[in-house]
Amino acid sequence: MKILTEHIEVPGIETIDVFRKHGGYQAVEKALKKMTPDEVTEEVKKSGLRGRGGAGFPVGMKWSFLAKPEGVPRYLVCNADESEPGTFKDHYLMWKSPHTLIEGMIVSSFALGANTSYIYVRGELMYVIHILEKAIQEAYDKGLLGKNILGSGYDLDLYVQSGGGAYICGEETALLESLEGKRGNPRNKPPFPAVKGLWQCPTVVNNVESIAATSWIVNNGGDAYAQIGVGRSTGTKLISASGHIRKPGVYEIPLGITVEDFIYSDEWCGGIRDGHKLKAVVAGGSSVPILPAEMILTTATGEKRLMTYESLSDGGFATGTMLGSGGFIVMDETTCIVHNTLTFARFYHHESCGQCSPCREGTGWMDKVIKRIELGQGRKEDIDLLVDVAKKIEGNTICPLGDAAAWPVSAAIRHFRDEFEWHIEHPELATQPGAVYMRPGASWSN
Amino acid sequence: MEGKNNIVFPAETLELVKKIIARYPEGKQKSALLPILHLAQAEWRWCSPEVMDYVASLLSIKPIEVYEVASFYTMFHLEPVGEHVIEYCRTGPCCLMGGVEVYDHLKKRLGVETGGTSADGKFTVKEVECLAACGWGPVFQIREKFYMHLTKEKVDQIIDELGK
Repeated sequence: MKILTEHIEVPGIETIDVFRKHGGYQAVEKALKKMTPDEVTEEVKKSGLRGRGGAGFPVGMKWSFLAKPEGVPRYLVCNADESEPGTFKDHYLMWKSPHTLIEGMIVSSFALGANTSYIYVRGELMYVIHILEKAIQEAYDKGLLGKNILGSGYDLDLYVQSGGGAYICGEETALLESLEGKRGNPRNKPPFPAVKGLWQCPTVVNNVESIAATSWIVNNGGDAYAQIGVGRSTGTKLISASGHIRKPGVYEIPLGITVEDFIYSDEWCGGIRDGHKLKAVVAGGSSVPILPAEMILTTATGEKRLMTYESLSDGGFATGTMLGSGGFIVMDETTCIVHNTLTFARFYHHESCGQCSPCREGTGWMDKVIKRIELGQGRKEDIDLLVDVAKKIEGNTICPLGDAAAWPVSAAIRHFRDEFEWHIEHPELATQPGAVYMRPGASWSN
Repeated sequence: MEGKNNIVFPAETLELVKKIIARYPEGKQKSALLPILHLAQAEWRWCSPEVMDYVASLLSIKPIEVYEVASFYTMFHLEPVGEHVIEYCRTGPCCLMGGVEVYDHLKKRLGVETGGTSADGKFTVKEVECLAACGWGPVFQIREKFYMHLTKEKVDQIIDELGK
C-alpha cells in the first residue's frame, strides 16, 4: 500500500503534467470545489494521521487548535528542516516528487484558511529548494496557486524559505524564529503557535510527510486512511533505512508490519549486509533509545515487535524505544556502540542553541566524557556521571532537544554498559583501530 | 545602495532580493535575512563583516542583527575559505558506512586538518553534522551538490576533477 511514493519512480514525475497524469492535484479540485475547510479538517481528524516529524501528535487535532480571530492572517508552515540523524525521507520525497508536497500544502492551507504558506527547507538542501521553486512556478502557471484557484475564490501564495544549517530549527518555535530572520532559539510555550506563531499570528507547523498525506485523505476519505495500519498507528509511514543493511533507502510501509520483516524482507531492507549479524537498531532517528537486536525484534512480553508507535514504545524505555521520525539506523556486530554514541553526543552538543543551561552545559559534558572514554582515558566513575548528567538535562529545558540529547546516551549505557566498561578497563585494546567489544558468549541475532 | 569596498550585488541579484522581500508582509523584511545571506555567500564566498553590513543595509536592520544570525547558523563562513568548501558529514550513520576512514583519506590527500584550506587555496575542509542523506553515506557536500557513497577512490577522483 503506497500513498506518497506510488509514482515516485515515474520518469518526469517532478513535472506538473506527468504528476497530473498520475492523479496529481485531484485533491485540490475536490477540496476547493466540493468541500468546506471544516470538512477537510474533519477527514484529516478521522484519518488518525499523526505528525510524521517525530512527535506523533494527531494532525487533525493540531489543526483544530488554530485560533481564528477576525481580520488576522493565519499561516501554514511546512517543516522541511529534516536534520535528525538517520532521517532523509523528506529530502527524498521533495527531491523526487515536489508536487506531492505542494498539493498537500494547497489542500492543508485551504483547510486552515491560510492565504500565505511557507515551506521551510534546511539550507543544505538548496538544490531541493530549486526543485520546489520550479514546481511551485508550474503550479502558479496552471492556476493551482495564486488568486482564485480553479475559480473557487480561494487565494494562496506559497513560498520556500531556506534555513542556514541548524538542527534546532526543526523545533517548531525555533523554526518560526528562524523564519522571522532570527537565531533559532525555541520559544517558551504557551503561547503555542496555534495562537501566536509566525509574526505573532495563528500558525500551524506540520512536517512534510504529514502535509503530503492530506491529499490522499481528501481523495479517499479519512476512514479509508484509518483502515491502513494498526490501532492508533494509521496509514503509511516513510522509513529512512540506513546502516548495515543490504538495501539502504527510503521505504513507505503500511504501519503494522513486523520489525523483523522490515529488516529482513527483500521488499524492504533486504537483511543485514553479507556475512554479518544484527547487533542493534536506532529505530526512529538519533534521539530515540538504541535497542539491542533481541529487544528490537521482540517485546518484553515475547511478541514480535511491530513498526507502530505503540509497539516500538512497548515496555517504555526499559525495553522499548520510539517510532520518532522513522530514521531507522541498523548496526551489525562490527559497530562500536561507544563511538556511535559519541557521534550522537557530539551532534547534540554542536546543535544545542545554548539558551537553557542544562542542555548547553550538559551536552558539552556528555560529549567530552564519552570522548575521553573513546580515547582510552575514561575513568571508572564516568559511566554513572553520564547517566547523572543525562538525567539532569531531561525534562529541564524549554524544548525537546534536551531530551533528545539525553536519551541516546542513557539508552546506550542501559543496554551496552559492558562496552563502556570495557573501554575504560582495557584502553589498550579499545583504542586499537576498528576495535569492537564482543560480549562473552554473544551471538548477535541473525 | 553600496557597501564598503565596492560590495554591491549585481543588478539581477538585486532584483531577486526585491522578490524575496516581497514574500513577507510589509515591515517583516528581516525574514529575508537567511535567503539573502545565502546569496551573499554565493557572491563573495564568505560572509565578511563588510558583506554582513551590506546585507543589513539592504534589509534596513542593524548590523548586529546580521552578525548574530550569521554566527548562529553553521552554513555561513565567517572566515575566508577556499574555492571549494567540502562539508563532510561526521554523524553516526555516515560513520557506520566507513565515513571516518574516508575522511582521514581526504584530509591526508589535501594535506589539511579540519577547518583548514589546501596550500593551493582550492579546497577548505569542514566537518558538518547530518546532511539528511544517511542511506547514501558517506556523504559530503560542495555548495549545492551532494557527493554520496564516498570511497577513498571516489574522493580522489572528485579532488582530481575539481582541482584541475
